[in-house]
Amino acid sequence: MSSLIPQFVVDLWDAIPMLFQHLIIITAQILGVTIVVILTVAFTTYFERKVIGYMQGRLGPNRVGPLGLGQPFADVIKLVIKEVVIPQRSNRFLFLIAPMLSLIPALAAWAVIPLSGSFVIADINAGLLYVLALTSVGVYGVILGGWATNSKYAFLGAMRSGAQIVAYEIAMGFALVGVLMAGGSLNLGVIMQAQAGGFSSWFIIPLLPLFFVYFISGVAETNRAPFDVTEGESEIVAGFHVEYSGVAFALFFLAEYANMILVSALTAIFFLGGVASPMEGWTFLGDGSFLREPNFFWLAAKISFFLFVFFWLRATFPRFRYDQIMRLGWKIFIPVTIVWIAVEAVMAWMKVGPWSV
Amino acid sequence: MAILFQTILFYCFAVFLIGAALGVILSRNPVHAVMFLVLAFFQSAVLWLLIEVEFLALVLVLVYVGAVMVLFLFVVMMLDIDVEQVKGGLTRYAPLGFAIAALMVFELVQVIWVRGRFASAAEGFVPLPEGYSNTEALGAVLYTEHVYAFEIAAVILLLAIVAAITLTMRKRPGLKLQNIAQQVAVKREDRVRLVKMESEKPE
Repeated sequence: MSSLIPQFVVDLWDAIPMLFQHLIIITAQILGVTIVVILTVAFTTYFERKVIGYMQGRLGPNRVGPLGLGQPFADVIKLVIKEVVIPQRSNRFLFLIAPMLSLIPALAAWAVIPLSGSFVIADINAGLLYVLALTSVGVYGVILGGWATNSKYAFLGAMRSGAQIVAYEIAMGFALVGVLMAGGSLNLGVIMQAQAGGFSSWFIIPLLPLFFVYFISGVAETNRAPFDVTEGESEIVAGFHVEYSGVAFALFFLAEYANMILVSALTAIFFLGGVASPMEGWTFLGDGSFLREPNFFWLAAKISFFLFVFFWLRATFPRFRYDQIMRLGWKIFIPVTIVWIAVEAVMAWMKVGPWSV
Repeated sequence: MAILFQTILFYCFAVFLIGAALGVILSRNPVHAVMFLVLAFFQSAVLWLLIEVEFLALVLVLVYVGAVMVLFLFVVMMLDIDVEQVKGGLTRYAPLGFAIAALMVFELVQVIWVRGRFASAAEGFVPLPEGYSNTEALGAVLYTEHVYAFEIAAVILLLAIVAAITLTMRKRPGLKLQNIAQQVAVKREDRVRLVKMESEKPE
């Protein structure tokens, strides 16, 4: 391997101070992960349109490129060359910064996600808290975008979204309290390792109610159907991004899909063992079998499954009424999580079940 | 090298923190002021990260930026604040403001300078050992040594929630509310009545 790299490159690399070497490696990793996430977003839009198309007895995109696979790029080019219209009486600065505020946290959260058994950009102690903190910051983009537009529809959308996200954040946080009690750590890698040993040791079994609460709160948090009162096409046109066009709209769009992929990845890591294989305990496959190894492809498969569930929900359910959304968040999810945390505490205290504490 | 780098980072973020704090009190637009406050919280979180208290830093972002300031932003956005009218009271309240500011400066000097002369903090910052978890250490102290203070704080907060709700919950007369439990439990027999009747015949 080392002979493949010319000697002068090695010398040049060694001449760089340690700090800058570190900086270059980290920057390259960040760029790599960001580009992969953005490409995944592009094909997620294709995936969504195909899934919903087939569910509704249509074909979905099939004109651009083979099987319509060029469609995401056609969409991107269309959005990029469109003009960004700024409403005259809007708050110009906040109007332009809002899409970035919603995209940046969605991408930054990937820093602590373990993408394989060993690869993670920042292996920090409080990774779970970091993820929670960043996902809660994403709401600013929506609220500021809605307010800065200076339009009643946009403002209504922003208000609905803000209240909804703050409400579901609490249920989400409580669900994660259960996960970290079972995993015994705030580090996502350790939580993943705690679920090693095949399907039977994944947290989805002891934490089934929390799994449902977390995933549904994730759907609500990303403002996806059936919780998409923020956009509510039939009531408030398009909600907070009604006046956005061109690249500014594309950023909001990107943020929504990046958040969906993030929620899917987090659900996979917290409840389905992340990169772990479901067949880990099947000794008859032989030692060192590819199917038993923890692998990035298992994580990718789990993420794809949860994305499919997102689209499935969207194609199946009508939009929730606003007061029912609030009722579900405050009066059902929060009590369920509190009860299950108490159950978990009692089980951990009596040393029943797979708790690591 | 690394220490120098950290010092540079500290001063960068400290300057940004002070700038953001000035922005909070100097900006004319209340929404801008709230956003400056959010920036200030972020900068102080980074300063906390530099002294390796990651739990407090992330909780600051999670609680203050993620929840408290969002609700704050709600209120500010829905108020129609007339800046000129608020400015009118500036000269009247200025002496009081300066008095409070002077008191706070005195307290800060007291804490940092007078006490700092005797404390060991002046000897410099010692990096924590590898594998030290801030969260675990905090939890271990909070639930053993300070458990009564912790519980009392929790009860006071609960009291505040209950008080706030009882103050704002009013039952307006004539308000039509949905009883969701009733809506969910409804059966066909409650809503639809099948009537058997003879077909009418022309006389």
